Amino acid sequence: MTGESPREGTVIEAKGLTKVYGMPRDKAVSALRQADERRRDAIREAGGFLAVDDVGFSVSAGEIFVIMGLSGSGKSTVLRMLNRLVEPTSGSLRIDGADLAALPQDELRRLRNRKINMVFQHFALLPHRTVRENAAYGLKVRQTPVKERMERADWALRRVGLEQWADSYPHELSGGMKQRVGLARALATDAEILLMDEPFSALDPLIRRDMQELLLQLQSEDRRTIVFVTHDLNEAMRIGDRIMVMRDGRVVQCATANEIVSAPADDYVTEFVADVDRSRVLTAGNVLRPPLVTARCGESPAEVLNRLENVEMNGIFVLDEAGRILGVATDEALAGALRDGGATIESCLAGDYHAVSPDTPIVEFCDMAGRHTVPIAVVDADRRLLGVAPRAAILAALAAPKKVRHA
Amino acid sequence: MPELPIGEAVEKFTQFLQDHLGGAFDVFAAVLMKLVGAVYTVLVAPHPLLLIAVFAALAWLAGRRVPLVVFTVLAFLLVASMRLWVQTMQTLAVVLVAAVIAVAIGVPLGVWAARSSRVSMVIRPVLDFMQTLPVFVYLIPAVFLFGIGVVPGVVATTAFAVPPAVRLTQLGIRQVDAEVVEAAVAFGSRPWQVLREVQLPLALPSIMAGINQVIMMALSMVVIAGMVGAQGLGSVVVQSVTQLDIGKGFEGGLAVVILAIYLDRLTSAAGARDLTRGRARRRAARSDAPARHDRVRESVTTA
Ligand SMILES: Nc1ncnc2c1ncn2[C@@H]1O[C@H](COP(=O)(O)OP(=O)(O)O)[C@@H](O)[C@H]1O
Ligand SMILES: [Mg+2]
Repeated sequence: MTGESPREGTVIEAKGLTKVYGMPRDKAVSALRQADERRRDAIREAGGFLAVDDVGFSVSAGEIFVIMGLSGSGKSTVLRMLNRLVEPTSGSLRIDGADLAALPQDELRRLRNRKINMVFQHFALLPHRTVRENAAYGLKVRQTPVKERMERADWALRRVGLEQWADSYPHELSGGMKQRVGLARALATDAEILLMDEPFSALDPLIRRDMQELLLQLQSEDRRTIVFVTHDLNEAMRIGDRIMVMRDGRVVQCATANEIVSAPADDYVTEFVADVDRSRVLTAGNVLRPPLVTARCGESPAEVLNRLENVEMNGIFVLDEAGRILGVATDEALAGALRDGGATIESCLAGDYHAVSPDTPIVEFCDMAGRHTVPIAVVDADRRLLGVAPRAAILAALAAPKKVRHA
Repeated sequence: MPELPIGEAVEKFTQFLQDHLGGAFDVFAAVLMKLVGAVYTVLVAPHPLLLIAVFAALAWLAGRRVPLVVFTVLAFLLVASMRLWVQTMQTLAVVLVAAVIAVAIGVPLGVWAARSSRVSMVIRPVLDFMQTLPVFVYLIPAVFLFGIGVVPGVVATTAFAVPPAVRLTQLGIRQVDAEVVEAAVAFGSRPWQVLREVQLPLALPSIMAGINQVIMMALSMVVIAGMVGAQGLGSVVVQSVTQLDIGKGFEGGLAVVILAIYLDRLTSAAGARDLTRGRARRRAARSDAPARHDRVRESVTTA
């Protein structure tokens, strides 16, 4: 899995993160020494609650890393351990290589103020401060001079489209606008890492879409490292580079949206995936098959026709030496060339096919499937044939996996 | 059933305090006396009409409501015309000093209790005890330690008025949206910054309600304090009871009620005003608000 080995440009690296609520730490640690299956019960018997159990992942610079799972699965707890709003019971956490647990309080506050900011589900704005003052909050804590602070806040508000509301109070704003202030507050401090705890869950679906787009737009302008918590898989797929699926405090799967949809790790993930628009997530690469037959330029029409008959197909891709598609030869054209005698395969070529790249979403080409004598061709940037996307494979991939009934 | 000599123990303890800390109590009593005296002097120095104008101005500043101002002027004119002005100011001085001390003790205690469940656990039964103990009982040790006069009145009044300040401060801070507090911490605030910039301002309505209750408690106690020789409306009432003077008693009682209504409206209006800060601004912005909203909408969809 891509999520588990440290990679180039790793910003956040978590290993064995565990959180037990409702118990003194030393007691919890000794109860955790139990064998895997029994520790959950051991903690419960001791009056505690194992909210996060041995979670490890790493996030690289500029990535949007999504933590997904049902409510109560421990997402917020994991997120809050990243800036130590919640102290881990055990496990290690490195931010840019520095051990977070070793930071003294004032260093930790500095880190929170300058490096890791947070956006909250219910916006968490100060009701007695104006929108501008709210956006400037991080800089106020940093003791930036008032003038500079306000200019920076105005800049951040402009970026989220709220400059006209700078002098209003939060209660005068709609939910979506409040969360824009929440975003502006984080933008103003210029922190590299953004922690977002279900930031759009409290918003109407339409506004939620707008906010997702705004986030993606901001992200394309200056890339931050974002850890984004959601319980909505569609949202996760829309904005996440990678998704970590959690269940009962454990990681079930950590992979790209595509990998999760095409190969869900278990029933829990399968059920999540059932509601996803698969044609937008799955790509040509997911339905790629090696072509049954191909022909090279220079081959004789008789030989090629013979090969076609064996597989009962009506057309064949003709490739050059480098494997690039020259065109399609249909059985009719080949038979015609054979009748004329002496004609080469080049004279049979036609442009009757559709080619896509491996990362093209299925939605963009599924209506072309079955229109030609050959399946859809999947090609690389040099138009070399990587494989084909047969109609049956496309249909099979789009059919939702069967929901498995839980006992 | 074994007999527990609790009464005896309390008596011994009070005696012990007097024997060993008598000096400290004397100093404390002197300071308190000076304090009440100073406030009283300020209150009776100007002509009553001038002070009534000040009261009216305060009423206006607190709530910006004309009825309260009208009530203030008429009610205090009535007090003056009942020839109870001096006694009313004596009572007000005691109430103010006791309330300030009670708030100065109660609010920090409330903050402390809100931040530590252990402190809260200890304080809670003490507050329950203090609030349910019959008020007269406070007077006995107070008189024993401070003698007759205004000081035991202030002490007993303060002791009686502290619990609501603690309770409502604690409640107010506990009720502050946990996410907002979290946000302040997540942006690197220190604990005292969180307290000053988030918790106290957001708990202010509740704290003001606490202060309001403190003043009401103090006022109800102050009449009883008249029994131990504190000058003021309390002694007016107490005297008229012993002399069975219905008229005098009623006048004294009426002055207490007027003072109570005034202080209650004043503090509750001040508490409510903080909740609606920015109301004037909102009203001003309302006329062009819809247009601005549309503009934001547009920028959203074109983004
Ligand atoms: N402060 C806390 N004390 C005790 N239990 C908690 C606390 N915070 C969260 N929990 C429990 O831990 C579990 C995970 O919570 P959380 O991380 O908030 O999950 P999620 O964000 O996925 O809904 C939940 O069952 C919750 O009840
Ligand atoms: Mg949560």
